Amino acid sequence: MTQTQTHTNTAPVLEVRGLTQRFGGLTAVNNFNVTLKHGELAGLIGPNGAGKTTVFNLVSGFYQPSEGDILVCGSNTKGMKPHQVTGLGVARTFQNIRLWNDMSVLDNIRVAQHGRLGYGFFHAIARSGRYRRREDEVEREARELLEVFDLLRFADEYPKNLPYGTQRKLEIARALSSHPQLLLLDEPAAGLNSADVKDLIRLVRWIHGRFDVTIWMIEHHMDVMMELCEQIKVIDFGQTIAEGTPETVRNHPAVITAYLGDDNI
Amino acid sequence: MLRYTFHILLILAGGLITWMAYEEMIGLYTLSVLMFMGVNIIMSTSLNLVNGYMGEFSCGHAGFMCVGAYVSSILGVLLFAKDKVFGAPLLDPSLAIYAFPFIVLAGGVAAALAGLLVAIPSYKTRGDYLAIITIAANYIIISVIENLGVIGGSRGFMGMKRVINAMEDVAYLPWMPIWVFLFTVFSVWLLRRYLSSTFGKGVSAICQDEVAAEIMSVNTNKIKTISFMVSSGVAGIAGGLFAYVIGYVNPGSFNILKSTEALVMVYLGGMGSLSGSILSAVLFTLLLEALRPLQIIKWVVIPLLLIILMQFRPEGIMGNKELGDMFPWLKRFYKFK
Repeated sequence: MTQTQTHTNTAPVLEVRGLTQRFGGLTAVNNFNVTLKHGELAGLIGPNGAGKTTVFNLVSGFYQPSEGDILVCGSNTKGMKPHQVTGLGVARTFQNIRLWNDMSVLDNIRVAQHGRLGYGFFHAIARSGRYRRREDEVEREARELLEVFDLLRFADEYPKNLPYGTQRKLEIARALSSHPQLLLLDEPAAGLNSADVKDLIRLVRWIHGRFDVTIWMIEHHMDVMMELCEQIKVIDFGQTIAEGTPETVRNHPAVITAYLGDDNI
Repeated sequence: MLRYTFHILLILAGGLITWMAYEEMIGLYTLSVLMFMGVNIIMSTSLNLVNGYMGEFSCGHAGFMCVGAYVSSILGVLLFAKDKVFGAPLLDPSLAIYAFPFIVLAGGVAAALAGLLVAIPSYKTRGDYLAIITIAANYIIISVIENLGVIGGSRGFMGMKRVINAMEDVAYLPWMPIWVFLFTVFSVWLLRRYLSSTFGKGVSAICQDEVAAEIMSVNTNKIKTISFMVSSGVAGIAGGLFAYVIGYVNPGSFNILKSTEALVMVYLGGMGSLSGSILSAVLFTLLLEALRPLQIIKWVVIPLLLIILMQFRPEGIMGNKELGDMFPWLKRFYKFK
C-alpha cells in the first residue's frame, strides 16, 4: 500500500517544547523537550512511574498539557481533541492492548480509518456514490494492510480469539491504517516471550522501512531498544536525565543510578 | 433474484395486511395488535441503537416518543382538522394523505432535537450517571407537557381521528395499518443502513473501547450526538404513529413504565441485534395480549419472565448476533450486515 500523504514541509514530525504536566501536586512531566525528524526511530525509557506514558498521552492529545507546546508536523495541537491529533498524523498503540474485541479483525482496521472516511450520516443512509466508493476503498485498503501484515486469514475472526502476539501485531496494523506520520508504540513487547520479542523487533524494523513513518517507542526490554533505536531519551520523575545513542545511554551514570539506585544509603 | 426474496416477501406481507384490512377479513382488534407490533418494533430497534450498540443505558425512551406523539398530533390537527382550540383547519383536509408522512417525520425531527437533552451530557458522562440523566429527561418532557394548558395538559390531546377520517374521505383505505407498516420498514431500514456503514460502526467502537475509538480518529462526540438523535428521532416516529393509532395522547402514557417496556424488549431480544429487537417486539406484543385475561396480574408475570430470562439467558434471545449469524442459510436471501 502507498501512503497518500507525502511529507512535504520540512518541519519536524514532532516538536515538543517545555512540556509540563501536573496532576494536583504531582509533576508527572517536567519541562520535557524533544524533536523527532522525519523517518527517525527513537526510544523513550525510564523506570516505572517516570512519566513515559504520560508523555505519550500528552502527544496523542489525550491530556491537555499544563504548560508547553506540542507541534505535529508544524501544527500546534493545543486544545485539540485526540481524534483531531490523530488526523494530523499521530497514531498510537497502548500498553495493555485496546482492540475492539467484539468487532471482526477487518472491522477493527476499517473503523480506524474513520477520521478520513469523507462521508457522513446522510451519505451512509442514502448509500450515495461517494459512500459506495469510499466503502470500497476502505475495504480494499484494510484487506491490503492485513495482507502485508500476514493477518488476512484472520479477517473474519474476533481479536479476542487471537494469540497475544498476534493481537499486538493487529494493534500496530490498526494504528497504521490511519496513515500516520508518527507512530507511538507504548511498550509493544510487554507480555511477549523471547521468540515473540524477536519477531517484534523484525516487525518494527520492517514497518519503519516499508511505511513512510517516524516511530517513537517506550520499551522496558533493553535489547529491543538497543537493536532498534537510533536515539534514546531517558526520563525519571518527569525529568530528562539522559539522551543519546543506545551506547551513550547505557553507560550514562544518571541512568544507572535511576535504574539501580546509587551507592549512598 | 434470490437477493430480492426478502424485499418481495416484505411487499407481499404489507399488501396482504392492507388487503385483509380493506376486505375486513381481520378484525379491528387483530389489526390494532398488528399496529402496536409495528410501533413496538420501531421503539425497541431505536432503543437498541443506544442501549445495545452504543452500550449506554437510556431509560427515558418514552420521553422522546412523547415529543414525537405531541408534535405530530398537534401539527396534524392544526393543519387538517377542525378543533375546539385551534379552530378551522389551516389547509384543505384532502391534502392530509400527502402530508401525513411529513407530519410523522416532523414529530421525529422534534424528538431528535429533544434527544440533544441527553446527547450533550453524554460527552462527559456515561454509564449509570447518564442513565440518571435519561430518566430526568423523560420527566422533564412529561412535566412540560402536563403543564401546557393549551394542548390539554395532563388531560391529553385528541382529534387525530379526524385527520384519519380526512384521509379516508379522499380514498377509502386502511390508512393507519399502511402507514405503520411503511414507517416500521423505514425505521429499521434507516437504523440498519446507519449501523452497517463503517461510519456507523464507530458506534460499536465507542461501546467496546471509547478511549481507543477516540485515539483511532473516531469523533466520539459527533457519533454520540448522531446516535442519540437518530435513536430519539425514530422513537418520535413511533410516538407519532402510536398517537394516531389510538387517536388520543396524554403525557401519562409516556412515563417511565413505557420506557421500561422498551427496555424489556431490547434485553429480551438481545443487545446489539436488530433482528433480535424485531423478534422480541413481536413476541412481547403477543405476550401482552395473550396475558390480558390475567388482568393486573399480567404485570407480575411479565417482570417475572424477565427475571427468569436474565437468570438463564442474560444475553437475550439473539445475543448480539443477527438472524443471519444464527441461520447462515438465510444469508442467501438477505444481507444482514
